[in-house]
Amino acid sequence: MSPQELQVQQKREVEKKQEPTAPARAFLPATDIFETEAALTIVMEMPGTDKGNLDVSVEDGVLYVEGRVNFDNYDGLQPVYTEYNIGHYRRSFQLSNKIDQSKISAEMKDGVLTLVLPKAAEAKPRRIAVS
Amino acid sequence: MPRYHPIDALFDLQRALEASLESDWLRSGTAGTGSFPPINVFQQGDTLVAILEVPGVNKEDLDIQAKDNAIRISGKKEIAYPQSLSVHRRERLTGMFDRTLTVPMQIDTDAIKAEYQDGILTLFIPRAESDKPRSIKIN
Repeated sequence: MSPQELQVQQKREVEKKQEPTAPARAFLPATDIFETEAALTIVMEMPGTDKGNLDVSVEDGVLYVEGRVNFDNYDGLQPVYTEYNIGHYRRSFQLSNKIDQSKISAEMKDGVLTLVLPKAAEAKPRRIAVS
Repeated sequence: MPRYHPIDALFDLQRALEASLESDWLRSGTAGTGSFPPINVFQQGDTLVAILEVPGVNKEDLDIQAKDNAIRISGKKEIAYPQSLSVHRRERLTGMFDRTLTVPMQIDTDAIKAEYQDGILTLFIPRAESDKPRSIKIN
């Protein structure tokens, strides 16, 4: 198989339910979600966000992820050619109640956030022995 | 009341530039012609600052070469998917990339610096001394 050429993904802006008060845009991070027997893993791409500028919270069974980009890095820079927009990242997911919310772990590397949401013990499939 | 955002200024400027310059940037004719990664270029004094978004790419998988006034950025982005029962959503893309940035001035290729942090590759490209304008004294 020949190596696949990587394409640019256009950033999708977050649809606002309320009018924002801060003058910054927010985009939906490209996200992978997959499930294993033990956990649900959510991987989000947020280039420019470090772990200090990240908020992950669970409220009423909804997982909220917000990553902020530090615009100070752009101080004193005069744009001459641009291809992509810069903004914060925001996305939320409805969780099933099978998740053990106290054991959610998060890791940030190279602008990619990996959240591991372990399933609650009673939600894991159990092998039933046939006697 | 219109809301102002500094990044919007980027796009206004880009439109103006495209109209006036017909873009001297990114000329074809080099090996790398892909569109990934997306590039923003800024100017800071006599240095060009190119900022590229390459989230999820390992530093070791990035290759940067400079020759004359062209800078080639190539590499690969891989995702190691674990054995999973089911995939609910797959939006992230993987693959190879190879792109060349051609700048419309002489640059000091030996003095180019690259930084990689949080999925953002930043290239600091200094203008060549020979390309800088000299002020000429009037006797």
